[in-house]
Amino acid sequence: MKEDVKVKVLIPLLIFIIFLCSRLHGRYHELAPHLVPMDYTNEPDVKIPLALIVSMPELNENPFRNRIVESFSEDGAGNLSFNDFVDMFSVLSETAPRELKAIYAFKIYDFNVDNFLCKEDLEKTLNKLTREELSPEEVTLVCEKAIEEADLDGDSKLSFADFENMITRAPDFLR
Amino acid sequence: MANSVDFNLSPIMELELESLREDDTAQDSMCQLIRVTGTGLESGSPETLEMEVLTTEGRDRMASQMSDVRERADERRLQRSEESMQTDLLVRNRWSAATLRVLSSMPSRSVGQQSRLEIISQCNIRSTQLRRYHRQNQDVSLSSRPRIRGYGIEADSEDVCEEETKRQELVINLQSLSAGDRVRMMRATPLSLAEKTKLRKLAFSDKVGQSLLSSQVPCCSLLKRALYHVLFGCLFILSSLQLWQVALKRLGGRFGTGVLSYFLFLRTLLLFNVFLFLINSLFLVLPQAIHPPLHTPSSHRVTGLELFTGTGYLSNSLMFYGYYTNSTINTSCRPDEATAGTGCGTTSDPHMMAYNIPLAYFFTIGITFFITGIVLVYSMSKSFGRSFRVFKSQGNLAIKVFSSWDFKVSKKMSVRLQSENITTQLKELLSEVNGGEEEKGRLSGMALHLLAWSISLGSTFFCALGIHCFAKHMHLRRLEDAEGEVSLVHEARLLALPGVVSCGNLLLPGLFNLVSWMENYNSPIVRLYVSIFRNLLLKVSILGVLCYHWLGKIAAEPEQHGLQCWESFVGQELYRFLLMDFIFTVLYTVFGEYIWKLFSQGVLRRRRKPVFDIARNVLELIYGQTLTWLGVLFTPLLPAVQIIKLLLLFYMKKSSLLVNCQASRKLWRASQMSTLFISLLCFPSFLGTSVSVIYTMWTIKPSSGCGPFRNLPFMFHSGKQWAQELKSTNPKLAWLNWVHSCLVENPLFLFLMAGVFLMVIYVNTQVLDGQRKIISLLQEQMENEGKDKKFLITRLQAIHEERQRPLSPSSRPQPQGSEV
Repeated sequence: MKEDVKVKVLIPLLIFIIFLCSRLHGRYHELAPHLVPMDYTNEPDVKIPLALIVSMPELNENPFRNRIVESFSEDGAGNLSFNDFVDMFSVLSETAPRELKAIYAFKIYDFNVDNFLCKEDLEKTLNKLTREELSPEEVTLVCEKAIEEADLDGDSKLSFADFENMITRAPDFLR
Repeated sequence: MANSVDFNLSPIMELELESLREDDTAQDSMCQLIRVTGTGLESGSPETLEMEVLTTEGRDRMASQMSDVRERADERRLQRSEESMQTDLLVRNRWSAATLRVLSSMPSRSVGQQSRLEIISQCNIRSTQLRRYHRQNQDVSLSSRPRIRGYGIEADSEDVCEEETKRQELVINLQSLSAGDRVRMMRATPLSLAEKTKLRKLAFSDKVGQSLLSSQVPCCSLLKRALYHVLFGCLFILSSLQLWQVALKRLGGRFGTGVLSYFLFLRTLLLFNVFLFLINSLFLVLPQAIHPPLHTPSSHRVTGLELFTGTGYLSNSLMFYGYYTNSTINTSCRPDEATAGTGCGTTSDPHMMAYNIPLAYFFTIGITFFITGIVLVYSMSKSFGRSFRVFKSQGNLAIKVFSSWDFKVSKKMSVRLQSENITTQLKELLSEVNGGEEEKGRLSGMALHLLAWSISLGSTFFCALGIHCFAKHMHLRRLEDAEGEVSLVHEARLLALPGVVSCGNLLLPGLFNLVSWMENYNSPIVRLYVSIFRNLLLKVSILGVLCYHWLGKIAAEPEQHGLQCWESFVGQELYRFLLMDFIFTVLYTVFGEYIWKLFSQGVLRRRRKPVFDIARNVLELIYGQTLTWLGVLFTPLLPAVQIIKLLLLFYMKKSSLLVNCQASRKLWRASQMSTLFISLLCFPSFLGTSVSVIYTMWTIKPSSGCGPFRNLPFMFHSGKQWAQELKSTNPKLAWLNWVHSCLVENPLFLFLMAGVFLMVIYVNTQVLDGQRKIISLLQEQMENEGKDKKFLITRLQAIHEERQRPLSPSSRPQPQGSEV
């Protein structure tokens, strides 16, 4: 029955969301106990700044932590409301679908937020990945080769379509 | 790039052009382009002038015409070598506002438009274009919560009503999808959680409301629904209370996904064994335990050694095959009334429940194997689907840059190691790309490989031969011992063969490691595969020799080997092998990892700790599981032993890792490796054991003195007898027998099934080929479209610049590369 199936899907999702949210709310609260109220029934407009969020142990050592938090924030400066916080963890979890992860990965690697991965974005990504241990010539070479390999429409920067096409060829794209 | 743009995005050209027409400047530019293109090219064909209305069909035509035009323009450009001018025009910061406006409304800015039901997703995109924001959003084009999928660029001055209608449209569209697709679509859209919850409520709510309100709902469907709620609620809570979740997170954070995959594999095996154990104990062990058969009391001294050898007190226990009766248990009789041999009397009370032990034994083992096989094949195919790549790519730089970072790693040291790792790999790739591979002396390389392979294969062969001879020798010794009195030493000798086999299993992989280090493979992946193959070959040959011994020699002539009950003996052997394997693993962990770490840090003064060898450990797990599966037929409680072993192994390996080892420097392709492991579990391991179990059941005569099949010529006759009894007692079910004889005993049916399978495989391969071809065609098309786009951009910019120039009369219009 159609109704059965819909109800079957709706209720467990809600249960899961409620369960998830209560755990996440605890984490969110402990990041800034003086800012975040325990009671969210009035939907207060509270945002935690970037510096506090990247102090979480999961993100602390990640070289892309600033970009990750920025790409989930509404204002682009990394201040996350609770909804954004939940969004971030839902996308970073293992159960998020691959397409969603690809979309957000693209955002994270897009440092100048122009919806394209241009050479500068790639250079910054590379430097963060290798902790600047590659020489500048090597960095330039790698970026050029990478763009050459992945750019399909020939505009010497990677659009999302190029990025996604490349990602589908790499089954190790995990997070 | 800091212009705020007010365009409605739409993937369909008509709507886009409508919006373009709203903006006069953009339209002007486009018209200019058309005009100039028409007049600027002398050798342009007349068709190029027909570019007035850009409808979809017209666009295709135009595209082909443009490509014609482009080709000619290309040639001319090359002749004049004005490409530098071209590239200049492509530089973004020289673009004018008009060009930027046009560019920002291109459909490629609407990121990621894949979906399964294309029409509905387009509706989806169209209808969710305008999202409501509570606060002003000035620099929309630079907003970092990017509007992908065409949401992006909106004006805040839109009507609330229009948004509502759009949302309603989307909700209607979502409702027309099936539930599964809807959920998938919702999950994959990058909307914020708040929006998704609202949409979900709207999309699901009215149907739910209807169903609850309607009074025609029968009570059984209500019950079903309630059951589903409870079941799914439990499942979700269970999945969040996953076994060892915290420990796995810690391990993953420190060591990465490679080592994590080993522990996940261990957990999978544990679940398989728990399933086996539950089914066996429920249907087999429990009924027999409640109604124990009569045995002559045997005088065995209870020494501690029995726990290891499985003999003595344990040999007549529930653990082994010999304990089980061959009769039907009647549940109403009490144990003290039981007569010897035939169970509890023969009163045919119609209210009694009769439980036929031999039948239960046969069917339980058969069904557990069947279900395990199905689950294995399913998980293998799922894993394979996740990791399959349509195009093989080697050393792709771009992929390395974007997808080699393991986001699970969170410890500082490990993060630094990962960075170093990636740096090294990128350097290697760069040197490959630049210099090409060196040509080593090919002959010496070949000779080295040949030597290495001959060493490994030879050592495997000799090991197997040695085990064969040793096993024969041990059997002779055992016969001699059995004639004398039973002593502790004689019992301990039973542990000799398992000990030797485990030793071989431990030492030979070390030899293989040494050999492959000597070979010095270029690519670490090839090295890994070679090492896995060699280890696998070793284990398969050892197990093959042992099976031949047990099933081929001992089972065929049990009297020659002095055995009353050969099945119990084989069960005991397998039990001993499993225990010995565990003991040697513990010893290896203590000596191999802990003491080696002390040695290498103290004596050799090396700063690096040893690395966890994932492949070897996983193969050990597979070996242990193979032994368990082989032994289930003879020792129904062997899964319990394996469960205890796996639990202890988990904690031991975890503590050993944390204390002794460090993260590996090699890149571990986790998804491909887990596919490999589960397919190794399925193919050599499970297939081999099911073949041997089927062989045992179908061709080997059970021993006549013990066990549930004692008076039957073959084990499967219990099922056959039952089918025949059924025919006589209950004629309605006679067709079962007919079906059985037709399907299982008729070889034609099996040939037909095999033929059908082969055809299905062939069709799937052809489909895959076709899809590959389509992919390459589409890639070509994309490249062409990209060139078209480049051309259009440069033309636009050129026109715009030309327009600007006449304002300054002093400067002569420079010859544009794409004109003239």
